[in-house]
Amino acid sequence: MIEIKNLKKSFGDLLVWEDVSFQIDDGETVAIIGRSGCGKSVLLKHINALLNPDEGEVIIDGNNIHAMDYVDQRRLRQKFGVLFQGSALFDSINTFENVAFPLRYFTKQSEEEIRKNVMQSLEYVNLEEAADKETSELSGGMRKRVGLARAIVLRPHYIMYDEPTSGLDPQTADEINELINGMANTLDITSIVVTHDMHSVLEVADKVAFLNNQTLSWFGTLEEMKRSDQQDLQDFITASEYQIKG
Amino acid sequence: MRSLTELGKYSNLLYQALRSSTEFSTYRKNLFQELVKVGYDSVPIIILTGIFTGSVMTLQSAYQLESAFIPLSTIGAIVSESILIELAAVISSLVLAGKVGARVATELGTMRVTEQIDALESMGFNSVSFLVVPRVLAGIFMFPVLYIVASVCGLGGGLAAGFFSGTVPPADFLQGARMYFYPWNVVFGFVKMFVFGFIITSVSCYKGYYASGGAEGVGKSTTNATVLSCIFVLLADFILAALLL
Ligand SMILES: Nc1ncnc2c1ncn2[C@@H]1O[C@H](COP(=O)(O)OP(=O)(O)OP(=O)(O)O)[C@@H](O)[C@H]1O
Ligand SMILES: [Mg+2]
Repeated sequence: MIEIKNLKKSFGDLLVWEDVSFQIDDGETVAIIGRSGCGKSVLLKHINALLNPDEGEVIIDGNNIHAMDYVDQRRLRQKFGVLFQGSALFDSINTFENVAFPLRYFTKQSEEEIRKNVMQSLEYVNLEEAADKETSELSGGMRKRVGLARAIVLRPHYIMYDEPTSGLDPQTADEINELINGMANTLDITSIVVTHDMHSVLEVADKVAFLNNQTLSWFGTLEEMKRSDQQDLQDFITASEYQIKG
Repeated sequence: MRSLTELGKYSNLLYQALRSSTEFSTYRKNLFQELVKVGYDSVPIIILTGIFTGSVMTLQSAYQLESAFIPLSTIGAIVSESILIELAAVISSLVLAGKVGARVATELGTMRVTEQIDALESMGFNSVSFLVVPRVLAGIFMFPVLYIVASVCGLGGGLAAGFFSGTVPPADFLQGARMYFYPWNVVFGFVKMFVFGFIITSVSCYKGYYASGGAEGVGKSTTNATVLSCIFVLLADFILAALLL
């Protein structure tokens, strides 16, 4: 369980958001939505303490991650898989090695076991055939899937996706949405999905957190969101629906 | 004010690097790669630099000291001493600031702006130990080795230039070089290279590690890394000369 309490962050004079509080229960998928630049990525980076808040705390399974020392923080981070906005694959090594990377350093698995686990992860995202490709040869959608394979290879409890579908064609985006649902259901992973793609939200989310006006302006279940009469939220959804329907 | 906060950030990065230098298993593999990239891959350019520095020194000294009263061995003495004390270290380091410094800053800068450093951290890695420590260690180890290469090539180049131009016969050159050979000069050269290796790799790591602002930002950090490396090398050269000579 992840509890976010009264979080506030600013960069110099720029206030990103304040008074952000919500809770993510085990097994849930929470979508964080909001306009470009509203601080969605920054919020994700607070959850695994890549950034420190000005105020407030993030409690993960009862532990305040920002109050821990660096060694414990890193141990806790291993419970998280992260898919970055630009995939963040290591470009000095190939696809297979990217997925194998955490296994090589954090487990004592034999070469055989590593190969088995890597291929299993790649199979999960339908990319076994790309194992020997250099990362520079991969398309954007493939990069996301490799990033996903790498994120799940250590069997994380939590997985955070930063814009998993942005920049992809609708079909590939749907495949990614299915993968996200698959992770949540079959691997029983708690998921946090940052996105401004309403279609994706409707497909994957149990709950929705809406960042707007430098704060968490709305939080609730998907059903509540559809019935909500909050104007800003409805405007955001309408704008997206307009986009979907064309 | 800004340079003060930069200095603070730089010292903090070094402190983290020092603290995490005990996590040998994290960076062992990277260290071997870096030793090759910093050391072995720089050998050709250092050979070239050494040979040209030495030969130009000989030709110029022969030209400046053209006089019947000065024995030709003096030229050998001047050239070999200048190379061992100053030129092999400083000129090589300025070249390496371009070669090694730029590569390190670009590598880390690109990793920063494409979120690869964030990815390392979020997997549970200590990114400083993984990226900064092996590069700085490689600088500290390999620069003194490159000093040997530069010195040998410089002396060889000087000797050859004297011979082929007909200005200084090899026997005179070697006699002068031997007469004024003090082991302390070589020690001094090693100390310098140790310090320069540290400066260039640590400054470039710092600039790359904290790069921001996309491809343009990486370009800026790389330029800053090489310029600052050169400035600090020259400054350190002066300070070391004042302290140790
Ligand atoms: N390291 C940083 N230093 C200074 N400002 C930053 C930093 N990171 C983010 N910001 C600023 O914080 C704000 C929120 O950025 P963030 O990347 O979280 O936006 P986002 O909601 O993820 O946008 P997008 O949908 O475009 O990815 C932006 O105004 C950005 O300029
Ligand atoms: Mg973002």
